[in-house]
Amino acid sequence: MSVNPDLVGREFPPVGPYLVGREKVREFARAVVATNPIYLDVAAARAAGHADVVAPPTFAVVVQELTLAQLLAEPDANIDFTRVVHGDQRFTFSRDIVAGDELTATLAVTSVKSLGGHSMVTSESVMTDSRGDHVVTATSTLVVRGDE
Amino acid sequence: MSTGLTVGETVATTTVHLDRTSLVRYAGASGDFNPIHFRDDIAQSVGLPGVLAHGMLTMGLAIQPVLEFLGTKGRVIDYGVRFTRPVLVDAIAGADVTTAVVVGAVMDDAVRFDLTVTFGGETVLGKAQVQVVFD
Repeated sequence: MSVNPDLVGREFPPVGPYLVGREKVREFARAVVATNPIYLDVAAARAAGHADVVAPPTFAVVVQELTLAQLLAEPDANIDFTRVVHGDQRFTFSRDIVAGDELTATLAVTSVKSLGGHSMVTSESVMTDSRGDHVVTATSTLVVRGDE
Repeated sequence: MSTGLTVGETVATTTVHLDRTSLVRYAGASGDFNPIHFRDDIAQSVGLPGVLAHGMLTMGLAIQPVLEFLGTKGRVIDYGVRFTRPVLVDAIAGADVTTAVVVGAVMDDAVRFDLTVTFGGETVLGKAQVQVVFD
């Protein structure tokens, strides 16, 4: 069964606020082998003009995943999680994420396509801060493999 | 301002060695606990040769030489990749992932870096591009 094409345009309830913790940022920075000290060291981040440690760019996936879980759980989406492969990923920033940020993320499905028995679902997770200003949009395409 | 960079110039090449601990560390840090990233039996049950690195770990590693090169001078405004091949992380040998960073385009106050990310001599990410502004 292929993914429900009626998902296109569907927007999910906002997730959050997600409080970006300093130690969570450092833990993530170590996991992606960050070397630039603004991602690890508070003093270095402040010397560079940031309020606290900066989150490496792909940290936004932590919050994006919380919104994708809504899509995967959608009763009529018809997405079999065991058949999902990550096709592509993009982050578009208005500013860096910094520890202390409270992010609210809203997911919308922008496209559902079928190709050779597979379905490709593209969605955008738009993240804003506590003032309502845009921080980052995370766009991903999930490939749902069809029956072999 | 002038960035002092020339299109085609290689600004960094780095290799990161991944082992199974790297994958468990990333699972915990990211919250992605899909067992194909730490259990061979489950990976094989869904037709994979064995445990794979998270695609998002590869994406997260690959931008580090750009961030190191930037220091405190610029910030990333866009980063996108396609996941084209898996990185198989052997339980004993691990996996070496190499990233080469080349200047793809130079604009007034912005630069696009193109990343070539390889494992075992084959590219694992497609169209991996980072846009940076100097403001």
